[in-house]
Amino acid sequence: LVFTEEDKYGLYSNLLFKCFLAEGVVCGHDLFVASAKDHPDNILKELPAPLLDDTHRNELGEEATAVKSEDFQDSMKIAWRYQNLPKMEASPTTSTKFGHYYDVSKTMSPELSQSIKWHSFYLPEELSSQPKMKTCNMNSAYARLLHSLQRIIYQEGFDGSDPQKKQKNILRIGIQSLGSMLWGDDICSSDTPEDIHSLTKFLYVLRGLLRKSLSACIITVPAHLIQNKAIMERVTNLSDTVVGLESFIGSERETNPLYKDYHGLVHVHQIPRLNSLICDVSDTKDLAFRLKRKLFTIE
Amino acid sequence: QGKFTLLRDTRTDGSFLVHHFLSFYLRAGCKVCFVALLQSFSHYNIVAQKLGVSLTAARERGQLVFLEGLKSCLDLLFGEKEEQSGQPSPLQFMSESSSNLKALFDFVRTSLTPTGSDSWKGPVLLVDDLSVLLSLGATPVAVLDFIHYCRVAVCSQLKGNVVVLVHSNEDSEDEENELVVNSLCHHSDLILWVEGLATGFCKDVHGQIKIIRRVSLELTAEQDHVQIYQYKIQDKNVTFFARGLSAAVL
Repeated sequence: LVFTEEDKYGLYSNLLFKCFLAEGVVCGHDLFVASAKDHPDNILKELPAPLLDDTHRNELGEEATAVKSEDFQDSMKIAWRYQNLPKMEASPTTSTKFGHYYDVSKTMSPELSQSIKWHSFYLPEELSSQPKMKTCNMNSAYARLLHSLQRIIYQEGFDGSDPQKKQKNILRIGIQSLGSMLWGDDICSSDTPEDIHSLTKFLYVLRGLLRKSLSACIITVPAHLIQNKAIMERVTNLSDTVVGLESFIGSERETNPLYKDYHGLVHVHQIPRLNSLICDVSDTKDLAFRLKRKLFTIE
Repeated sequence: QGKFTLLRDTRTDGSFLVHHFLSFYLRAGCKVCFVALLQSFSHYNIVAQKLGVSLTAARERGQLVFLEGLKSCLDLLFGEKEEQSGQPSPLQFMSESSSNLKALFDFVRTSLTPTGSDSWKGPVLLVDDLSVLLSLGATPVAVLDFIHYCRVAVCSQLKGNVVVLVHSNEDSEDEENELVVNSLCHHSDLILWVEGLATGFCKDVHGQIKIIRRVSLELTAEQDHVQIYQYKIQDKNVTFFARGLSAAVL
């Protein structure tokens, strides 16, 4: 369960969200897109096109050589014990291929985006139907989403419960702007929300659904609008991965020379520790992102 | 025996302690009731196997009663019929407006009350993690009541042990959680407090553990004994060492 804190205007988190879905299309996964604002059909029409291998490898290769030529030869005086440690890797090595890259200036062709099976949940359309269902005192929009998700997981066999419908495919779930007022939740608009437990209950049930099925999920939340910080602490506890995007638009960091090549920062608040005592902590902790003409990169 | 141990983590993940106590008590031959609220059975099973214990086998021979919170919650929300035995779900409080954790307590008590054929050494209740109950709508008072009832049943009546994990952040704004944590600290016999290093992440030292033996509870005018070690978590083991003496530095 990847929980993403949106940047102030949602620009970059939206991009990340679409890249996650695009990766699902390219890998042939099934998609489930839930939104209260943009119609899932439109979201799927705007997925970025995958980059063809050759052109991209050349681009990455150029970058890698550029960085290596800026070797820092000054010897260290105080931190001398660190002198002999290898220099940090600035870009991913082109030899290890994990996932695909996307050209954000082009949209994915309809043939490709329609080549996979996808399910959608568009709240305004769902609200019109009135089925009776258990809600566990949760916000009804959240409850509906959970029931819809559970139905798809069960019907399509992602939970392995029906031996005849044994699925070997993965369900990629994307939920946009959860917690916003459009979902009927007031945690983003009020200091003392009426129901502070709806979002956390939702996440708990979602976590349960993910654990018992072949699925992965990304959620974006306008966290900067949530006044009640206790909720964010609880949400972090309930998620596997928590990432925050901070864009420089309109902030004083925009003019900071340190950040002149970048558009924002990536804060990794939590990484999963699953099926193991240890977790995979990377050595690089300070991450920033930038959106060039074609590529959205995190360095 | 009859002890209440509190596992507490700040700025880091203290779940390695849960894995330790789980395999420790199973290997000692105790009957264990594990209320696992945040992770699946297979997660604990995979780690336990690295520590030399099979949870599947323990469950089959009746030594381990495992409550998989995530699964119970799904049954509660999506289940079509009531439980066959007519027993309410342990997480019943989620669908009721009163956050009464009695069903959860009844589950614990039923699991650990010895049956005639049991030959296990002392019962143990293990909870990972208590802070989740607040996220699911339980009030701090309900959570503290639940723990109190468990202590009476498990520690006093059955002469067993209780081990509970809670999270706490410094400068936390989660007042309900802080209330629960502080209250539990006052009533614990032993506190294992795991903290991430104040200086930030380090590859060789993952954090520090404070072992607080609440000797002051025994009213002998002695102060609590506090020991501090640092630790590093590995794939199948955790190594502890005195502060500043990590193997990487020596």
